[in-house]
Amino acid sequence: MAAEPRQKPELIEREAEFSTISGHPIEPLYTAADAPADPAATIGDPGEYPFTRGPYPSMYRGRLWTMRQFAGFGTVEETNERFHYLLDQGQTGLSTAFDMPTLMGYDSDHPRSLGEVGREGVAVDSLDDMEALFAGIPLGGVTTSMTINAPAAIALAFYVLVGERQGVSAEKLGGTIQTDILKEYIAQKEWCFPIEPAMRLVTDMIEWCSEQMPRWHPISISGYHIREAGSTAQQELAFTLKDGFTYVEAALERGLDVDDFAPRLSFFFNAHVDFFEEIAKYRAARRIWAREMRDTYGAKREESMRLRFHAQTAGVSLTAQQPLNNVVRTSLEALAAVLGGTQSLHTNSFDEALALPTEDAVRVALRTQQIIALESGVTNTADPLGGSWFVERLTDEMESAAYAYFARIEELGGMVEAIRQNFPQREIADASFAYQQELNERRRIVVGVNDLVQSDEGETPILRIDPGLEQKQLDRLQATRARRNPAAVESALTELRRAAASEENLMPSILVAARALATEGEMIAAMQEVFGTYAESPVF
Amino acid sequence: MTEAATARKIRVVVAKPGLDGHDRGAKIIARALRDAGMEVIYTGLHQTPAQIAETVIQEDADAVGLSILSGAHMTLVPRVVELLAEQGVDDVLVTVGGTIPAEDIPELKKLGVAEVFTPGAGTEEIVEFIRAGARERHERDGQHP
Repeated sequence: MAAEPRQKPELIEREAEFSTISGHPIEPLYTAADAPADPAATIGDPGEYPFTRGPYPSMYRGRLWTMRQFAGFGTVEETNERFHYLLDQGQTGLSTAFDMPTLMGYDSDHPRSLGEVGREGVAVDSLDDMEALFAGIPLGGVTTSMTINAPAAIALAFYVLVGERQGVSAEKLGGTIQTDILKEYIAQKEWCFPIEPAMRLVTDMIEWCSEQMPRWHPISISGYHIREAGSTAQQELAFTLKDGFTYVEAALERGLDVDDFAPRLSFFFNAHVDFFEEIAKYRAARRIWAREMRDTYGAKREESMRLRFHAQTAGVSLTAQQPLNNVVRTSLEALAAVLGGTQSLHTNSFDEALALPTEDAVRVALRTQQIIALESGVTNTADPLGGSWFVERLTDEMESAAYAYFARIEELGGMVEAIRQNFPQREIADASFAYQQELNERRRIVVGVNDLVQSDEGETPILRIDPGLEQKQLDRLQATRARRNPAAVESALTELRRAAASEENLMPSILVAARALATEGEMIAAMQEVFGTYAESPVF
Repeated sequence: MTEAATARKIRVVVAKPGLDGHDRGAKIIARALRDAGMEVIYTGLHQTPAQIAETVIQEDADAVGLSILSGAHMTLVPRVVELLAEQGVDDVLVTVGGTIPAEDIPELKKLGVAEVFTPGAGTEEIVEFIRAGARERHERDGQHP
């Protein structure tokens, strides 16, 4: 891309690493020589193929991003209160964090759930819990995001039935469920089944939603957790898009038309602290997705090529030391996501390296987005950074790095096979260790951690989860078990096992079991009888 | 940095109790300890306290590092310590790493946890702590000079 080697003037430079946080080298200066050869083809205008400059022509002049703070702790009652609080503070969409037992398919009264119920999210065992979680929130009037993967089909069934109880049909429900199981095996590590049956469930959901839930995103293909596990920006981009292509291929193999399901695929990226690298990552993601969807997968509709994403600021960038500094980190990260063209955003709270956030900390995080949206002026024009020599060059380099990874993954036999061989897991572990070494050697600085340390730090008030909430959830679960018809539950679970052993779509059987008040743990256990479980051989 | 060939290698179990999948820290520590010449057994994710205690005993570990970011430390750590004590193991250095609120640390130490490493702790500091603790154990055993 650079036409000829530029003449570098004699530069006086500080002793420092001039590279991104991912280790990507940065030149002292970018000039017109770094401009893309064919800007009309590779950049275009916002809202036009290949969408490098953004998915929509008017971007934030048309509509601001959705401010969506992830929340969940304790029982459904505490979380429902937090949801109402966030909506009252001007939040525009809901986002549910489930607790670890729920994410792993264990009911709250399972022995493995002890001590974990309601700790890192909200416990949802049955349809009753999901209904109480959204009490007083008309599902026709909000969009909801649910961060759950291995048991996603069950959570979706619960949500659809809550809508039904409220009189809102499935076709009117808007929102996103994460469902991205490949990144679980790669990074987040909350699984229930081996990879193949897990992929089948994902495909079942994509198929079912393409018929029943036109406003719903059945999957949010996620780089967030890959990055949090210690990957570079390049790895996050490459592994996420490759996961996405793998889901597309699975749906095509199922016989679906790409233009029927692709418009409902959505993405979720990290917003890390290296400002320009992140912006380049989002721009490259849109361009690669558009090209591959059109040229490799035969998409005809623009909606199928238009990558839209949610972003969350980087939890991993937060420090336990001098935690108020995290407000600044989060602001920079959020600004990168906005200048990179995000459709929705979660900003972390400054106390999250210590515990789940307090209400005060969450409010500052939400206000951070509101200040960017309403005061900073960056929303006045679409893609204000488009055409920056540096940004365009970095975008091109991001793209090349992603394609280099695609080629390596293809050599291994595709993403599923690469995961089996621990390839992405090892790449992430290596990157994460290399970064830690840079911190140890102070080649990279984190303020307050390995430089500018302050010894007399005050106490930061943190959210304590009342241990009594675990018992409260156990009581709720017991009440649900007591009031249901055991014969109906048993026959629904038998039917679910039968469906799991067949090739039919599992969503209808899951809906029947959910309606009979079968718990999540019971449904997962029934499917595990057919599918088996998963264990990894970890690499470090 | 590595242990002298004559001395018994320090054996460390790095364990992830509970259900959370946050293994970035555990893997970094496991690798740093290994690079420092120790024998590292990483249990992998989602281990119960009973599984961890069993690994520590079977591997005749000098130290165990429990990595927890799920908020369940006040349930899981005491259980590991109890299970080790029940089986007569009282000389293994138990350390904890993760998002542990400052006010929980004294209680964990009272239970017998030697040290708690919170976010931002350097790997060198952790390696040195384990090395010193394991040496003490070796000396107490009298098996090694």
